Amino acid sequence: MATEARPFRVERSRQVSLWQSKRAMNALRLTLVYVALAIGAIFVCIPFVWMLSTSFKDEGAVFLYPPQWLPQPFVPENYVQALTVLPFALFFRNTLITTLVPLLGALLSGSLVAYSFARLRWPGRDVCFLTVLATLMLPEQVTMIPRFILFRELGWLNTFLPLIVPPYFALGAFNVFLLRQFFMTISTETDDAARIDGAGVLGIYWRIILPLSKPALAAVAIFVFKGHWDDFLGPLIYLNSQENFTLALGLRAFQGEFATDWNLLMAASLVVMLPVLLLFFFLQRYFIQGVVFTGIK
Amino acid sequence: MAIVGSLASARGARRSSRMARREALWGFACASPWLVGFVVFTAGPMLSSIVLSLTSWDLITPLHFVWFQNYRTLVAGDATVWHSLAVTSFYAVLAVPLNTACGLALAILLNQQIKLQRLIRTVFYLPSVVSGVAVALLWEWIFSPDFGVLNALLGYVGIKGPAWLADPRTVIFAFVIMSLWGVGSGMIIYLAGLQGIPTDLYEAAQVDGAGSVRQFWQITVPMLSPVIFFNVIIGIIGALQTFTQAFIMTNGGPNDASLFFMLYLYRNAFQYFKMGYASALAWVLFIYIMLLTLLVIRSSAVWVYYEGRTRGR
Repeated sequence: MATEARPFRVERSRQVSLWQSKRAMNALRLTLVYVALAIGAIFVCIPFVWMLSTSFKDEGAVFLYPPQWLPQPFVPENYVQALTVLPFALFFRNTLITTLVPLLGALLSGSLVAYSFARLRWPGRDVCFLTVLATLMLPEQVTMIPRFILFRELGWLNTFLPLIVPPYFALGAFNVFLLRQFFMTISTETDDAARIDGAGVLGIYWRIILPLSKPALAAVAIFVFKGHWDDFLGPLIYLNSQENFTLALGLRAFQGEFATDWNLLMAASLVVMLPVLLLFFFLQRYFIQGVVFTGIK
Repeated sequence: MAIVGSLASARGARRSSRMARREALWGFACASPWLVGFVVFTAGPMLSSIVLSLTSWDLITPLHFVWFQNYRTLVAGDATVWHSLAVTSFYAVLAVPLNTACGLALAILLNQQIKLQRLIRTVFYLPSVVSGVAVALLWEWIFSPDFGVLNALLGYVGIKGPAWLADPRTVIFAFVIMSLWGVGSGMIIYLAGLQGIPTDLYEAAQVDGAGSVRQFWQITVPMLSPVIFFNVIIGIIGALQTFTQAFIMTNGGPNDASLFFMLYLYRNAFQYFKMGYASALAWVLFIYIMLLTLLVIRSSAVWVYYEGRTRGR
């Protein structure tokens, strides 16, 4: 209680009882905090538990009331059935392509452009950077239809190209902004030292800036991965034959065919969520860092 | 924009113009992906979108100009536009403040000296990690009127739950509840903001006899207001662009009660193939988002407090 002002002398016993009641108040407050957090945590966890539980039930147990929490009988075969009626392995492969190829593009182009904004001087640079910031506010719907027409003219419909080419042009304004802000925090002295050692513009970018920016690059990588893995509207517009479907489209097709087989739907949904969940568990630090970084700056 | 050009002037004068020209060339070269991408994928499409919105085109028959006919139709001849705008706004009006309040409340709870802070933080953040079709399917099942877990839980405490997605009166509320599941992403940002508030402010307030309610309104909220501001804007933009959930879970129903604006736009473009009209709709959405954002920015002068400003930065 270092902060309490004590202008008058207070009797020792009164002081103690005051201190005790304060401690009781604190304990009560903490209890309330824990209760509130527990209620919130239950709200957050129930959907996951419910999904897991449903995915192991047989058809009959899905429609029991009150619901069963522990599946009786326990049917892990749901997963086999859910993942084999539709070619989910193929969808998985397609999703990997439409996620990892853009990921590489977004990282390379985003960091190179951010490097140019952060480190190189050229006429019009600041105007261009402000334009990047302005496009942060631009909803993609405005450009969606002309882009669709453009890709249609190019004959790119029903290929992965509309999904994997644009990321190579540093279109993720958020990524460019985040990386540029991060690069600005790296001291230019390292650049100068490298320049004396004979490093060129690209050498500094590749050997100094990128290795020092791993946390920011990891954050960007996570956002891009998640964005493309979960993307629905893009594949929905551009891909129409089943052999090109991503997991998101595959799940929707699955829903169309097995509308009330909730055990199979939940099994398939869980498998689709799993890679992102795993990524989160392994890279939790970068996830939270990235969110905080973009949210606070 | 204090950050822009801060390092530009320092050593520039001494360097020869040849080196400066070389650096400028490299600058253009490194920025060229964005320069090309901006022209081809952003600025070009924006301009064509304006032109398209003045035409009627189904992608097959030749395009012809109808000038402002699309805009006249959407203002006066198509009640669905206003209906979907109202649906979307109603959702945003509920979801954005609720998410802000809950995210902030959670962050404050977590910012107390509690045990297992990291674990609890992870638990709350988990739902915001997943999104898309899988989450939409999960919540469709949760909201199932007869066999879903939500009405089962309500049944445990003796409440007969509504039909949620099947009832036009509750469907938007269902989407709002679902959005609250992802409250963790806001919470993480507020939590970081809270940890950046200097503790001596609270100590000083305690000395002055301010209770915790007053400390919240007079220290926490002002100090956190720039973060809240940022999140409200991102939240509004996101809420007005709601698509996947509605497409998967209700497809606009029942009785168009969840016909979000983006869903209506999608239908016009890719089901009715009215490219011109859909482009006009896109501009309506864009202008609506801009207006709301400007409103928030304007109001921010009143409620957002920037610490730097008082120091004349």
